[in-house]
This record gives sequence, structure tokens and C-alpha cells, in this order.
Amino acid sequence: MLHLTAGRVGSLLARRATAAFTASSARMASHGHDVVESVDMSQPMYWDRVDLPLPDRPYKDTLTATDKSLKQKEKGPWGQLSKEEKIALYRLTFCQTFPEMKQKTEEWKTVLGSVFFFLGFTGLVVWWQKVYVYPERPRTFDDEWQAKQLKRMLDMRISPVEGFSAKWDYEKGQWK
Amino acid sequence: MSLPKPVMRGMLAKRLRIHLPLAFVVSFGLALTYKFAVAEPRKRAYAEFYKTYDSIKDFNAMREAGVFESVRPTGK
Repeated sequence: MLHLTAGRVGSLLARRATAAFTASSARMASHGHDVVESVDMSQPMYWDRVDLPLPDRPYKDTLTATDKSLKQKEKGPWGQLSKEEKIALYRLTFCQTFPEMKQKTEEWKTVLGSVFFFLGFTGLVVWWQKVYVYPERPRTFDDEWQAKQLKRMLDMRISPVEGFSAKWDYEKGQWK
Repeated sequence: MSLPKPVMRGMLAKRLRIHLPLAFVVSFGLALTYKFAVAEPRKRAYAEFYKTYDSIKDFNAMREAGVFESVRPTGK
């Protein structure tokens, strides 16, 4: 890595920049030539979604001759369509069925892994903060101070009816 | 292949028939439970406490403990 000349670093960066700035390219320039795969968002789009299963257009919009004849047959009584024809008509309009869309993926493993990773990273950040950022511990945290604080609360009769001091036996000097 | 005609209307009314009275019953129930489980015992506890409460004695105890700034403990 230290042997990279300035020229090579420059060309690498230039290629990265052009790839990033090609607005409509869906793939990174991996071979030096851009593979332009743009989606025209002004045309009706197709999608497979469980929550909104109503794409703007059918899946196959360029039909072959057989497809067209099948579509003609669809205009007649549907009882005359065979099971394969009905399935073929479905596949013309839709790419995936609901069960296919709802197939479970292994995405949860990635999600959970990333969550744990970042929790761990946060732990390291907090540790660094403990060493370099946090001020010194307030004296009010010491056990001795806490004991004196507790005694003072009892002396002041905090919540004497149902709460704090109600649980202290003042005659015996102990908790009830 | 003739399916029965699905329910087309009145779904909200049908749901509310059950859930609206149920909502009232549950709300009142919870309110009454809170009243008799929390509010009334608390009121009784306070009444009992103040029946036998000697405020002067309590004040003197607090004074001796040294929590006041207006009066110091007796002695010295």
C-alpha cells in the first residue's frame, strides 16, 4: 500500500468520483467501463409488495404471440381455461406469488449481528470516555455520605405516613 | 365455484356493539379498582396517622436531630 504512487492514487480517486457522480448508474464501475442500468421513474412501475399488492403495470408488458393469444382466450369464459393457462396468466401479470414474497430470509441474522456489533462498539466508546472525558466521581456517591444522607432523611421525617420514615422504628432505632 | 357473498357493510357497528360497552365496563372497573385498592387505603392511612400525631413532640425530635436552621438543639 505504501508503494502506491501519487499518480495511481489520483486515477483511483478519479474513477471512484466518476462512478459516484453518474446519477443513473446502479452498479459501481468495477471494470473501468460504466454499466448504466437506469430505471425510468416517469413510467408506470412494477413491484412485488405484500402491503400494497397493486403495481402500476403488469409484470410482462411485452407479450409474445402465444401470450397474446392467451390474453385473447382470457376474454372468454374462464371455465374454459386449463389450470396451466390460469397459472400462466397469473405469471404474465405478476412476478411473485404471495407465498414467494413472504419467504423468510436470513436477514434477521444480519440485523441482530449488526446490533450486537454496534452495542459492543458503543461499549468501547464509553470505556474511552470513562478514561478521558468523565470528571471525578462526586463525593455524594461514597458509602459514608450515603449513610449520613439516609440518617438526615429520617431525621427530617421524610414521608412519615406511608413512605420512607414510616418504615423506620424511631423507638428501637431500626427498620420495622 | 360459488362463494358466499362476503360482509359488505356494518363492520364497524358490529365491532362497536361489543367493544364500546366493554370499553366502558373496563374503564369503570379499573377506576373502581384503583379507588378501592389505592385511594381509600391511602386516605385511611393518613386519617389513622393524624389521629395520634403529636406535632410538638415530632418537632422537638427533629430539633434535637439538628435538621432545622431557625432553632438549634436544646443545650449549648
